[in-house]
Amino acid sequence: MSQKPYRILIAKPGLDGHDRGAKVIAKALRDGGFEVIYTGLRQTPEMIVEAALQEDVQAIGLSILSGAHMTLVPRIMNLLRQRGLDDVLVFVGGIIPEEDIPALLELGVRGVFGPGIPTDEVVARIRGELAAREGR
Amino acid sequence: MNDLLERALAGERRAIARLISILEDDGPRARELMARLYPRTGQARVVGVTGAPGSGKSTLLLQMAREYRRRDMTVGIVAVDPSSPFSGGALLGDRIRMQALSGDPGVFLRSMASRGSLGGLARATSKVIWALDACGYRRVLVETAGVGQTEYDVARLAHTTVVLQVPGLGDDIQALKAGILEIADVLVVNKADLPGAEQLVATLQAVLGLRSGPTPAWQPPLIKTVATTGNGVPELIDAVEHHMAYLSQSDRMQAQARARVAEELEEILRIELLRRARARWGEERYRQAVERLVNRQVDPYTAAEELLEGEG
Repeated sequence: MSQKPYRILIAKPGLDGHDRGAKVIAKALRDGGFEVIYTGLRQTPEMIVEAALQEDVQAIGLSILSGAHMTLVPRIMNLLRQRGLDDVLVFVGGIIPEEDIPALLELGVRGVFGPGIPTDEVVARIRGELAAREGR
Repeated sequence: MNDLLERALAGERRAIARLISILEDDGPRARELMARLYPRTGQARVVGVTGAPGSGKSTLLLQMAREYRRRDMTVGIVAVDPSSPFSGGALLGDRIRMQALSGDPGVFLRSMASRGSLGGLARATSKVIWALDACGYRRVLVETAGVGQTEYDVARLAHTTVVLQVPGLGDDIQALKAGILEIADVLVVNKADLPGAEQLVATLQAVLGLRSGPTPAWQPPLIKTVATTGNGVPELIDAVEHHMAYLSQSDRMQAQARARVAEELEEILRIELLRRARARWGEERYRQAVERLVNRQVDPYTAAEELLEGEG
């Protein structure tokens, strides 16, 4: 294997206890050749950013089903900037109302994946974004 | 931009993380960084923790790290999980149980995928240990991928090897046949609150007593722990530190270090010699040798001899 695998953090910020979606995506990414660091439930934004830093990941996937995305995502994006991790690509999955998506993208989120999207499409989108950035 | 290594040595966590990635990926800068980093290693003491999947390694590691922090020692953690042989990907889940360490600047936790290496450790694990060592972490805890009985690699990397056993994973004979007991410097019965724990302790004590040959200078102590509550963990750390003190007193530490670096050197030489030889032979000659092997025109030993003809 000459190509080094991408490293991605899959995290669940906030208080809801449903991690099935996050696990499905984590497994799909692993099967797609990613090294997936899975951090489990109930992560604070600080914990997520610290984990991303120590693990030196190229991307973060946030799974949010609680409706708190407009609070959690801005805090995480801010912390990433403060810690000098601006180059880490952030993706959000879960239950995100259509009307909130432009605001998330405006914050710097690279992709928002709702329910029903095929997992291999998610993997392909994330890999595409990472490859595009490296090519730059 | 400041020098990456300088920043890492000064304790900047982003730089340490970067440094580890470069060494792990064996990128173009890896050799230059290693040349400067290596002289600064040798300060940390390395504790390997191994045991069957589900025996509680991650949870115990969390508790060990906390105990070391209570004793005012900085802790680096390397947690290795297996890579998929099919996709090359990996699911690294050891952080799940170690969330309580988040936010402590005296702890650095790094997950590693084994990347095609057998024996429960990634090929680059020793390089990551060196990086954490040079960056000032006084104890480096290494958790192996829980693949069972064949994890002798960890014993070669670590100063002190902790082997976990749990009740309910088979009969007495498992404990007897498991050669893994022979690599244990400290033996732990985790989940000691479960039924069968006392019997397992008795069995292990009997097995330790059965060792043949001359009485070894170090007798592995047997510690009972409940990782979920932290019970027994101070005693475990005492036992680990006691073993390290024993190593320093005897000349074992030096002998161990010599064996370790010799093996490391051999591994690097093996890879590099093969790479150079293949470059000299050319891909075509190599391909033909493989072809003749497949067609049973030659046996593997003769094929190797033929390739090596004319080599010094």
